[in-house]
Amino acid sequence: MIEIFQYEFMRNALTAGVIAAVLCGIIGIYVILNRIVFISGGIAHTAFGGIGLGYFLGRDPLIFAILFSLAAALGIGAIKNTRSRVSQDTAIGVFWATGMSLGIVFVALSRGYAPDLFDYLFGNILAVSGEDVKLILALTLIMIMIVALLYKELFILSFDPSYGEAEGVPVQKLYLLLLCMVALSVVVLIKIVGIILVIALLTIPGAIGRQHARTFQGIMALSIVLGIFFVVSGLVISYYLNIPSGATIILAAAGTFFVSTALTR
Amino acid sequence: MNDIVSARDLWVHFGSQVILEDVNLVIKEHDFLGLIGPNGGGKTTLLKVILGLIKPSRGQIKVFGTSPEAARKRIGYLPQRNLFDLQFPATALDVVLMGRYGRKGLFRRYTAEDRDAAHQALDQMNMLKYANREIGTLSGGQQQRIFVARALVSEPDLLLLDEPATGIDASQQKEFYELLRDLNQEKTIVMVSHDMSAVSKYVEKVACINQKLYYHDSKELTAGDILEAYKCPVEMIAHGIPHRVLREHD
Repeated sequence: MIEIFQYEFMRNALTAGVIAAVLCGIIGIYVILNRIVFISGGIAHTAFGGIGLGYFLGRDPLIFAILFSLAAALGIGAIKNTRSRVSQDTAIGVFWATGMSLGIVFVALSRGYAPDLFDYLFGNILAVSGEDVKLILALTLIMIMIVALLYKELFILSFDPSYGEAEGVPVQKLYLLLLCMVALSVVVLIKIVGIILVIALLTIPGAIGRQHARTFQGIMALSIVLGIFFVVSGLVISYYLNIPSGATIILAAAGTFFVSTALTR
Repeated sequence: MNDIVSARDLWVHFGSQVILEDVNLVIKEHDFLGLIGPNGGGKTTLLKVILGLIKPSRGQIKVFGTSPEAARKRIGYLPQRNLFDLQFPATALDVVLMGRYGRKGLFRRYTAEDRDAAHQALDQMNMLKYANREIGTLSGGQQQRIFVARALVSEPDLLLLDEPATGIDASQQKEFYELLRDLNQEKTIVMVSHDMSAVSKYVEKVACINQKLYYHDSKELTAGDILEAYKCPVEMIAHGIPHRVLREHD
């Protein structure tokens, strides 16, 4: 099995996958505990608008995906505490579909053919470049730093935001920050599992972690280990069976989730 | 004795709705004040004004002689119990530590000193042996004690307790209120409650609030106060509850 990592694209894939798994383990628990799984889905799909714009302008689509996903995070997040008649739920739907539509229109307007469009939707870890690895690593390090600095604040936000507000914790800003962190995580994950499958990797490792670990940090650690296991096993299986890598990683995660859920009932 | 809280001609509006009308209130050091009144009468709003979370639209509020924001570090707050995720991976100690936030501020990590303070607060609530239990595995009454410990851990001089006995079995309420009375030796306490019998038994002063505040710096409210505050006949309110809250009228 070691010999498959002689190829550079396999090494890139492995490196990117492991970094992404670490990131998912750290961010995933916040996504689960703050119940923002579908906000994360909305952010991910909005990012497709940026992918399309990148194509249209002939630039790196991931950079524009960052802009679009951050805009979605702030847009969906800002609506939470307004008296608007638009609920957050509705906002998710609007951003989700608008982002996808913009993406597809930009791609249609672009000259030429978009051969790797499918990769952005469903992921292709084998197409991760050395540049991508650097971007993924940089974003992940930024987020580890934020979580390390704001650990106690994010803990209060996740447990009891209304108490946090009374204590003077800037919960509104923290909430927006958390959504922005999700947005950046989405960008990290796009190349690996694709826009459509992002929420699975953000939620499944943490969900299994919760079934087996008792403490917050224990859950984080276990979800990181699980994430690495899913990425590596998915990568190897997809290589040998010649099937799409993103879907294989998710299926490895989902299979484990169902077994774990059955065992811990 | 010092005035801990003094509110003068205080009005609070939400939009065009009047929540608090011309409230005047002085809370003195070591008071144990029970705040009663109908739902939506402004009890929680008044606590939030004292905390500086709600700005009065008119009037003046001073806490420890200064603005509520500046005084917030000296206040311990127990919010009305709200539903939290019972599966949340937090130990009792984790929850109590949250109360240290006001002393730490952004970015700073909890230190050994914070942990010592948390253990001490748990001990005060007789909950030390549950420090490492997950919050969701404790009974409702035990959880409530943890939340009181969270309010205590910042070593406040004023405790604001919003319906503290929620979730505590009738059999354990006596012990719980006696704990609060012990705390009152050192701290000024304001307690919002629906439970008039508890209020009349354990609290030394009672105010009734329904938009307006009725308070005579004592445990007594007149039948007229209650009638006005609750907008329904006194008999209905007074019936079946200990009459110490009410002065005898002919």
